[in-house]
Amino acid sequence: MSILVDKSTRLVVQGVTGKEGTFHAQACRDYGTQVVAGVTPGKGGIVHEGIPVFDTVAEAVAKEGANTSLIFVPPAFAADAILEAADAGIRVIVCITEGIPTLDMVKAARALQGKDTRLIGPNCPGIISPGKAKVGIMPGHIHTPGRIGVVSRSGTLTYEAVGQLTARGIGQSTCVGIGGDPIIGTTFVDALRLFQADRQTDAILMIGEIGGTAEEDAAAFVKAHVTKPVVGFICGQTAPPGRRMGHAGAIISGGTGTAAEKMAAMRKAGITVVKSPAEMGEAVARLVKPAPARRRVAPVKARTTAKPKARTAKPKSKAKKAKRR
Amino acid sequence: MKIHEYQAKMILTEFGVPVPRGRVATTAAAAGAIAQELGGTVVVKAQIHAGGRGKGGGVKLARSPQEAEQIASQILGMMLKTHQTGPEGQRVKQVLVEEGMDIRQELYLGIVIDRKVGLPVIMASSAGGMEIEEVARTRPEAIVKAHVDPATGVTGFHTRKLTFGLGLKGDLLKGGADFVTRLWRAFVAKDCSLAEVNPLVITGDGRLLALDAKMNFDDNALGRHPEIQALHDLDEESPLEVEASKFNLNYIKLDGTVGCMVNGAGLAMATMDIIKLAGGEPANFLDVGGGASAEQIENAFRILISDKNVRAVFINIFGGILRCDRLAEGVIKAVKALGVTLPIVIRMEGTNVELGQRMLRESGLNFITAQGMKDGAEKAVRAARSA
Repeated sequence: MSILVDKSTRLVVQGVTGKEGTFHAQACRDYGTQVVAGVTPGKGGIVHEGIPVFDTVAEAVAKEGANTSLIFVPPAFAADAILEAADAGIRVIVCITEGIPTLDMVKAARALQGKDTRLIGPNCPGIISPGKAKVGIMPGHIHTPGRIGVVSRSGTLTYEAVGQLTARGIGQSTCVGIGGDPIIGTTFVDALRLFQADRQTDAILMIGEIGGTAEEDAAAFVKAHVTKPVVGFICGQTAPPGRRMGHAGAIISGGTGTAAEKMAAMRKAGITVVKSPAEMGEAVARLVKPAPARRRVAPVKARTTAKPKARTAKPKSKAKKAKRR
Repeated sequence: MKIHEYQAKMILTEFGVPVPRGRVATTAAAAGAIAQELGGTVVVKAQIHAGGRGKGGGVKLARSPQEAEQIASQILGMMLKTHQTGPEGQRVKQVLVEEGMDIRQELYLGIVIDRKVGLPVIMASSAGGMEIEEVARTRPEAIVKAHVDPATGVTGFHTRKLTFGLGLKGDLLKGGADFVTRLWRAFVAKDCSLAEVNPLVITGDGRLLALDAKMNFDDNALGRHPEIQALHDLDEESPLEVEASKFNLNYIKLDGTVGCMVNGAGLAMATMDIIKLAGGEPANFLDVGGGASAEQIENAFRILISDKNVRAVFINIFGGILRCDRLAEGVIKAVKALGVTLPIVIRMEGTNVELGQRMLRESGLNFITAQGMKDGAEKAVRAARSA
């Protein structure tokens, strides 16, 4: 099933005629996503790289059945683009744009509440369900279909993680980049909830960073509601306080939002937290491919850090598969 | 973006928030003249961005214009060290000379974005004059909060919650409501990330005043605030960081010896982390951006070689669309053009990785190729140690 984007995705690219929009609309299409329309106000009626362009998102929905939007609109106009997509009935909005003023996002996120719309981002690389659809700017070729859900605030650090997984033959169900801004449409908790409910996801890798309390909230959610194994990594362990580390949301302020606090909260919740970014793939591998049985010499109770719920991946049930058909 | 206290008070005045009478001076003589104009006891306050100026000796009372001039001559030009500056401190170029106030009570009032709730929050506390984080830690019940939706703005029930929560009485209830409303307007109109009045004082004769004011601005919104951009004080920033921002490079200087150049903020932070895990100290955070163009690479090298602490460079680029042979070309060109002699460890992922690595090896320059982040960090740390 994967989450949010798949073969039923009908994508409209807002800002399609710009440089970024043009490049990535084609890249998504080349990956196999159904790119059904583009929107650039004033250029409605043309066909751009084989994609019909409309003046408004509402027209793209009415005429091409667009249900998902990918936004490449400059920061000054991006919040408006999000509102337009939501108003037009788009169910999943992915906003790539970095640099949207925070108060604009406060208003946009607020306006989306109660609507049947999910916003991913802004300032994110997007979402990919390998083998099904790509709605974003990530390199498709480093991904491979599988059963690990990946959720991250970063872009290239996510690619690093995915690269490590793919190299170990561990595929991904869906990779969600939630973005580096302080106000975003989909949180770790939202993504974890979706992955927990997704029958095609067996384990989850979450990649956080300094700033805010989203990872602590995620840890509490994992403890209460997530039965699948979770691996975590937090970047910015060496970041100085009070400085914005690239991402608008990556700032340790007033003493809170440190990597150490997040890692501690996540560990307490039973998440396997790795210290090194080079170990993300390995940690997932250990959880989903348990080590082969060895002769034990020491008694089992010598393991002092055993988690209360021992987690292993459920073996694929042939009976279940037969039922679904 | 940060600004000085006197600039924040000027903005607050625009919005009708009451502040003490005063003006900024860049010379001791001017400070004396302002003191003369104000009459009576004045306060001479060092103007630097960092907090803790009082404890650092940057805020002093003066009982006469002569004393004000003398105090100003000591403070102006001093390297003021506070718990928020680096160990070297920050040079004081301006002082704010203000009328002394008869303070009956000190309160706290501040507005920030509450990321968890997704709304601005107005916080008020009767524990004024202290660090609010300290109050939040030790006496959270002393802080009253009102979240405000920009769609409705601040309205009566918000201000009542805050003013009753502060224990204000009589006329101060109305004055407090007005103060909060005006501070909110300034916060929204100027796209602040923080607007803090600490302390907000009640004077002996029952007036409310912003005795200190701190305003930080959303960097993402500066494009629509040229008037705020004009308040930028470059002297408050590290020269290398100022240089880097001219090239639109995301750069933060640290103290270590392993320089790094990475595409993407998260990966750049993770690269700093893995350098430390490998036993080294990162010299900087540097995000060259998604494109990692030849021009950006050259500019990035320019900055790194200007940092005299850097003894080796770790380039960690994970491209998807990026071609590694193009990246290698850009790096070789930059190194030749700038005459970089530092050892450079390069780890690249993307298309044409082997071709790119071969080009680096055959360039005759001091390149070390790495497989994976761990290998790259370890090689860079070793290179920095033996450099």
